[in-house]
Amino acid sequence: MKRARLLWLPPLLLVTAGCAVEPWVKPYERQHMAEAIMRFDRDPVAGAYTRHVYQAREGARGAEGGAGVGCGCN
Amino acid sequence: MYHRYDGGGVTVDGPSLLVRKNFKETVSLSGNYYVDNISSASIDVITSGASKYSEERTEYSLAGDYLYGKSILSAGVTYSDESDYQASTYSLGVSQDFFGDLTTLSFGYALGQDDVSQNGNDDFEEEIDRHSFRVGISQIVTPRLLLAANYELITDEGYLNNPYRSYRYLSDPLDPAAGFQFAREVYPSTRTSDAASLQLRYRLPWEAAVGGQYRFFTDDWGIDAHTILVSYTHVLYEHWTLDFQYRWYSQGQADFYQDLFLFPSQDEKDYRARDKEMSEFSDQTLSFYLSYQRPLSWRYAYKAGISLQYDRIAFDYDNFSDLTEEGFLPGDEPNYSFDADVYKILFTLWY
Repeated sequence: MKRARLLWLPPLLLVTAGCAVEPWVKPYERQHMAEAIMRFDRDPVAGAYTRHVYQAREGARGAEGGAGVGCGCN
Repeated sequence: MYHRYDGGGVTVDGPSLLVRKNFKETVSLSGNYYVDNISSASIDVITSGASKYSEERTEYSLAGDYLYGKSILSAGVTYSDESDYQASTYSLGVSQDFFGDLTTLSFGYALGQDDVSQNGNDDFEEEIDRHSFRVGISQIVTPRLLLAANYELITDEGYLNNPYRSYRYLSDPLDPAAGFQFAREVYPSTRTSDAASLQLRYRLPWEAAVGGQYRFFTDDWGIDAHTILVSYTHVLYEHWTLDFQYRWYSQGQADFYQDLFLFPSQDEKDYRARDKEMSEFSDQTLSFYLSYQRPLSWRYAYKAGISLQYDRIAFDYDNFSDLTEEGFLPGDEPNYSFDADVYKILFTLWY
């Protein structure tokens, strides 16, 4: 039992050590990340609609990279 | 936004209006009103002998985000209403930036409660409970490369079939020439699915970006599916943006799906489905979007945009027969396929 508890230690140490990681992409190097064309979901309204079109016609669902669940698509 | 879907004898169109307002840079509230005007003479409707029908679905959403330090807490509620289906969804989410804001971790939970009824049958009243758990991580890898991974578990419990849809079975299992009959589908009352996806966006040296996504899906009904998406976005003359996208989707059939059963269902655990979304099929989408945005010097708005979006989707079914084709023995009919056109016209005003 004690051993099982100790299994949490290495990942915990990794995470806490990670908090001290120096950001390797500096804030002044992130101008591209702020651009609209780098967004996964640039138009949330159109994106939600497109996901709805597929959800209603395909068996798969979820993990589309945008929020939203549940649709009256029967 | 105005949206329109046209394919397979089904037309769906309507408006979607989203209003978002920020307060003191820490709170954001939004409301969405969405309508689907549905007019359907789909292959399911035609082969069941029903006539073309029209109905309307209206959806209202409210959502809020609260920025607290490096965390964003969000909550939302959505209500969808149509004549024979009401769905309420309540969602909660949290996201947190780590490692000098290079990494964003997010969690979300949503509860859905649906009421299913049947037009023309007042005695029919069923429910569905849905739970969705999602976790996502996005990572700035280099000044030009952004990666994201998402996982979502969804469970449903309740009346999961469509009360109008039927499966077909041979009138005489030894003699296909005797024809076939229809009976109401029989579905399990639970479904659990897992979906995991990887996404990337890469900023090219010129003012353009490429994107990619792969999603794997599996559920306890036996459906496995793969989705691949590639996109290219190009900025033209500062204000114009062009998007080209290709999406490929493929799925295997549910364990209890068959185009033609030999026997009718023996009991409520002897599941039967002939829903084409449960069959083995693939679809491909080609998309083209053109957007224009420019700053404004109005008193109440500082930016405006318009976007025209077109998607062409081709569906190809591997074991769902086209029963409108006549002169074939049951089971020998050609497979069904159809193309759909999707149009979106989007106006945006920033204020």
